[in-house]
Amino acid sequence: MSSKHDQITELDARNLMCPLPVIRAQDRIKTMHSGELLNVICSDPGALNDIPAWCRINGHRVISTLHDDYNIEVLVEVG
Amino acid sequence: MNTPRKAVALISGGLDSMLAAKVMLEQGIHVEGINFFTGFCVEGHTHAIRNKDQEKKEKKRNNALWTAEQLGIKLHIIDIIEPYKDVVLNPKHGYGANLNPCLDCKIFMVREAHKWMNENNFDFIITGEVVGQRPKSQRKETMPIVQKESGIQDLLLRPLCAHNLPETLPEREDWVNREKLLDFHGRNRKPQMALAKDFGFKDYAQPAGGCCFLTDANYSSKLQDMWNHRPSRDYTLDDIILLKVGRHIRPRENFKLIVARDAGETRYLGGYKKQFKHLIMRSHSGPLTLIEGDELSIEDIQLAAAIAARYGQGRDTDEVEFEYADPQNDGYQFSVKPLPADEVKPVWLV
Repeated sequence: MSSKHDQITELDARNLMCPLPVIRAQDRIKTMHSGELLNVICSDPGALNDIPAWCRINGHRVISTLHDDYNIEVLVEVG
Repeated sequence: MNTPRKAVALISGGLDSMLAAKVMLEQGIHVEGINFFTGFCVEGHTHAIRNKDQEKKEKKRNNALWTAEQLGIKLHIIDIIEPYKDVVLNPKHGYGANLNPCLDCKIFMVREAHKWMNENNFDFIITGEVVGQRPKSQRKETMPIVQKESGIQDLLLRPLCAHNLPETLPEREDWVNREKLLDFHGRNRKPQMALAKDFGFKDYAQPAGGCCFLTDANYSSKLQDMWNHRPSRDYTLDDIILLKVGRHIRPRENFKLIVARDAGETRYLGGYKKQFKHLIMRSHSGPLTLIEGDELSIEDIQLAAAIAARYGQGRDTDEVEFEYADPQNDGYQFSVKPLPADEVKPVWLV
């Protein structure tokens, strides 16, 4: 893992309904550089589909997704 | 080799915008999509708050994202909640059958897309509009109004009905081949379905009901009720999302109840406990009820509870126990007799 991966930017998008978590992630990624990591924390289960879909079409990579009883986390590597 | 011209496609997630973008891609145009989030968008996820929708087999999806993925284009989703308020509150061209400001909405979206086009060095805008199709913004006489008032003029191309409209600049300059554009018109959907088949699109969102809650009579009724009972028509995102959730019941002028319809809505409304007075059913299984209103008397709270009790397991008992909570003041517990069904007046249902 490169040194860029040592730092993960956290984005709290809890209590936002889709597509707002996608919009917040999109706007944050605009300010980041290729290879950097963004961890989006959401509460809307729709984000589990929408953030990966947005990443696929816009050239970013989803590294992992987590889903427990309360939150969803999507870790994205900026493309 | 010439650099391909670049078009911004307004992608709603419906079939028409998908086809319009595909027609341009077939001509070698570089297309990227733009999708506006107004807060009133009909989103699968808003419905998915409810249990019955979460149990559906099909995957929840955002149709605009899904469409972009099928087309292989980028999609930019733009939050326009704040600037869109002026469109909803002060539509120059008025509302449609409900509180839908369709013509002003289209003008606004094309204007915003025009700004995005200039900022990102694109050449023109395309939409999936079809002349003569609903809504009002797609009438032959209103289409030029959109071009004029948005400022886009002849840089707006409608590929699905271009043969029924004057030539645009992309056609005159041979950026696109007008001969390969289409002549769709009216409300008949068969040409679109045939074209979808030609392109090999087997799955696409059905447009019935439109993509905006403002076209929905029930939703508009709740929004109008909200406006009628506030000093200002201004609204927040929470206001307009809550109008999509629960039963809305106004038994008295000074307050309204939002009663969850199932466990999914109870969970969702639970996120608003710190903002709203609310009733939690303690003696029986039942929904969470938010109360929107000020200066509630004890009688108001008892009536609210008697109504809420109708929607829980204790509806046929003599007594249901509630906890009343107020974010600003101390709460308390009390019991009420559920209101008989015939005493819940239909006029109370917003």
